[in-house]
Amino acid sequence: MSCQTAQELIHAYVDGELDLARSLEVEQHMQECQACAIAYRNETALRSAFKDGSLYHSAPAGLEKRVRSSLRREAKSEVGRRSFAWRWLPIGAALGLVLLMAFVIWRAAPGLRPSGDELLAHEIVSNHVRSLQLESHRTDVISSDQHTVKPWFDGKLDFAPPVKDYSSQGFPLTGGRLEYLNNRAVAALIYQRQKHYINLYIWPAEQRNATSELATKRQGYNLLHWTNSGMTYWAISDLNGVELHEFARLVQEAQ
Amino acid sequence: MEGQSKLASFETAVLPHLDAAYNLARWLTRNDADAQDVVQEAYLRAFRFFGGFHGEDGRAWLLGIVRNTSYTWMQQNRSAQLNTPLDDELHEVKSDDLNPEALLLQKADAQMLRQAVEDLPLEFREVLVLRELNEMSYKQIAVVADLPLGTVMSRLARARKRLQQILVRHTQTEVLT
Repeated sequence: MSCQTAQELIHAYVDGELDLARSLEVEQHMQECQACAIAYRNETALRSAFKDGSLYHSAPAGLEKRVRSSLRREAKSEVGRRSFAWRWLPIGAALGLVLLMAFVIWRAAPGLRPSGDELLAHEIVSNHVRSLQLESHRTDVISSDQHTVKPWFDGKLDFAPPVKDYSSQGFPLTGGRLEYLNNRAVAALIYQRQKHYINLYIWPAEQRNATSELATKRQGYNLLHWTNSGMTYWAISDLNGVELHEFARLVQEAQ
Repeated sequence: MEGQSKLASFETAVLPHLDAAYNLARWLTRNDADAQDVVQEAYLRAFRFFGGFHGEDGRAWLLGIVRNTSYTWMQQNRSAQLNTPLDDELHEVKSDDLNPEALLLQKADAQMLRQAVEDLPLEFREVLVLRELNEMSYKQIAVVADLPLGTVMSRLARARKRLQQILVRHTQTEVLT
């Protein structure tokens, strides 16, 4: 063993951190080497100087009390924080659940959304009722000829609504009208089924993709709403739902 | 854990090491008032982290927190103490210088030794105090000071050489005057 290794290991030897084999090697070396033996004596002298106890700083009186009381304060505020959280947890959870259910319903049943469609349906019912109150009100252009009604809209709208007569299927076209709905000018076509009037409102759709028919009932009127070929359609009548649906099918198939 | 029972088990596990905590903080900060502040702060930190303590070595766990708290405290209040990085080359002590001094060393009294330890650089003082006064094993020191085991051994060896050097200088001065 070299002196340099021994000098390193003497500390671990004094500290009792060497295994037996290494300890024996160090002892062997110290018997042969005067310098390392002196180093060892220095180490033990130093260690015993530390051992007289006067260098150890015991905690001063009062520190324990101080630590205990600050811990007590901390424990109390920790409990306070936790119970505060617990008190609000059920309310927060309930609120979260309500929001979640509202979201799920909103996602699952678009018909129930208190959205623009809801307001629009209301607007359409009002418009339909008003159009029936006065005969002069019902149509701006009276014609059962689609080739008369369709050109009539030219220059009055920024789009060309599809106009078709379904007389042979029992839904004769009786005329057309200009209306203002959903914050824009729209085309209203009037069809008849025996004594019942059907208003069909048409304007360009905001989104391109087609949506299937959506049926609602308002104040005794049946409403059908769908989007097709870039146009939004609303059909409304006091006609029963089955026949109105039949009418809607005809309109959709015509395009 | 409920507040009161957490406090009770914390006090049982950690409060008995108050002397050890104060001793370390006192030697690191070299000041009684600072050491008391550090110990109080360290106990609060330990209490907050007590959930992460699983009944290993409570004393080493606490002293690690005391050490870190001391360093933070010194950084905030006595930055100069930390601004002397440990240069191993600079502090390297040749063993030849020490050989004839065994006798002188034995004359060194406790007051002189205390002064010499206080004069040691922080990194040396820390391992020496943990070993000689807190009587920790190398393994425990490695945990407390966050050092590899091998570094604990070599740093302790250098710390002692350095301490002897300081003592020899002091005793020589005393003999001459």
